[in-house]
Amino acid sequence: MPFARHLILAMLGGALCATAAIAHENENPAVEARHSQMHLHAFNLGILGRMAQGQAEYDAELAQVAADNLAVIAGTDWHAYFPEGTAVGEVEDTRALPAIWTNMADFEAKQQALADAAKAMAGVAGTDLASVQGAMGAVGETCSACHKAYRQPD
Amino acid sequence: MRRLHRFGLILAAAAILAVAILWFLTRPGSVSAAELSGLTADPVRGEYVFHGAGCASCHSAPGAEGEDQLRLGGGQAFVSDFGTFYAPNISPDPEHGIGRWSDADLVNVLLHGIGPEGHLYPAMPYDAYEEMTLNDMVSLRAFMATLPTVASENRAHEVPFPFNIRRALGLWDLMFVRDGWVVTAVPPDAETGRYIAEALAHCGECHTPRNAFGGLQRGAWLSGAPNPAGEGRVPNITPGRLTWSEDEIAAFLRSGFTPDFDTAGAQMAEVVRSLSNLPEEDLRSVARYLKAVPAVE
Repeated sequence: MPFARHLILAMLGGALCATAAIAHENENPAVEARHSQMHLHAFNLGILGRMAQGQAEYDAELAQVAADNLAVIAGTDWHAYFPEGTAVGEVEDTRALPAIWTNMADFEAKQQALADAAKAMAGVAGTDLASVQGAMGAVGETCSACHKAYRQPD
Repeated sequence: MRRLHRFGLILAAAAILAVAILWFLTRPGSVSAAELSGLTADPVRGEYVFHGAGCASCHSAPGAEGEDQLRLGGGQAFVSDFGTFYAPNISPDPEHGIGRWSDADLVNVLLHGIGPEGHLYPAMPYDAYEEMTLNDMVSLRAFMATLPTVASENRAHEVPFPFNIRRALGLWDLMFVRDGWVVTAVPPDAETGRYIAEALAHCGECHTPRNAFGGLQRGAWLSGAPNPAGEGRVPNITPGRLTWSEDEIAAFLRSGFTPDFDTAGAQMAEVVRSLSNLPEEDLRSVARYLKAVPAVE
């Protein structure tokens, strides 16, 4: 039942957004959008990651859906999510470092690296478990590369 | 008048005595070549130690990626309350690196924080590394000797008076450096993890709060601290806060993914990059060690 599965995934994604939105009612809208974006990354990565780590059984169809979603979400244009004046210290509830705005070209390159890694994952996720495991490392590295440079520790 | 004179003499003698005592107390410790005979330097074990200790995280060039992570020319800046420290060149280059060092030279650094040119600043975590076995120290050196030479000059630390008196670091050692394990009771299957966490990966350097002099507050071991490299906090990873399962902690150290599929960021991303080279079972042992650390809420 691929359609039902898609529907459930979409609903879960929507529910996640909704909870995030309720939990952060007072947030700056751009910060809220960033968090929603990251939640959707994590949600889809989680489906793939749990399979890669052996916590969930490999399901080619589900892996493909999650990877496709991730590729689309990671590839969206983030510009509007990072307006000037929304760094840590300037608005509540964010850990986005001011360095993002002084190194915007590098920040965008790092986002592009994630989009590329997610696309590569989507190219192989339906093949077999080994392919998911192989592509997972590169995706994780792109997440970390950006979080290392541009996210403040807790 | 004569009495005043005598008083002056006594005062001078006391001052000389005090200086002599300080000089004695702060004398650099050292290891002799004889103490190192009989050790087997194993470069394969050395590579393990290298990744466990995270040498590349600080001693590679700023922003180094991939193979460049093994070019240990130094240059990264570490800003602290006491000044700015620059990681030195520890590549095997004979001119600019440590190519001419003996095994004993490296052992003195790791065991006592004493380099050939004097006392190191504790930006180098010798307080952790001193718990390494001597065999691991010489093995580390054997592995590091296989890495590429880099011909970059060391940059002088920017440390104001009085912190620029290196001899005074001997006193700092007396006050704040401790021999032996911090967590004394761990289950046998967490002993490897303790060795990795306390002796190699020096987790306590960032995750443990410090006093006004920069000494670690061992009574609050791994309970979180202000970020040494900027704003924000390094999290509490005692069982009081870190409630992840053993599987989840091991998976994080190997992949950088949290149980919610967020990822390691800031300096922890570097730590994961190093530790991910260690065997799965050893990362599990680190997880078991973290479960044995006294909980701080």
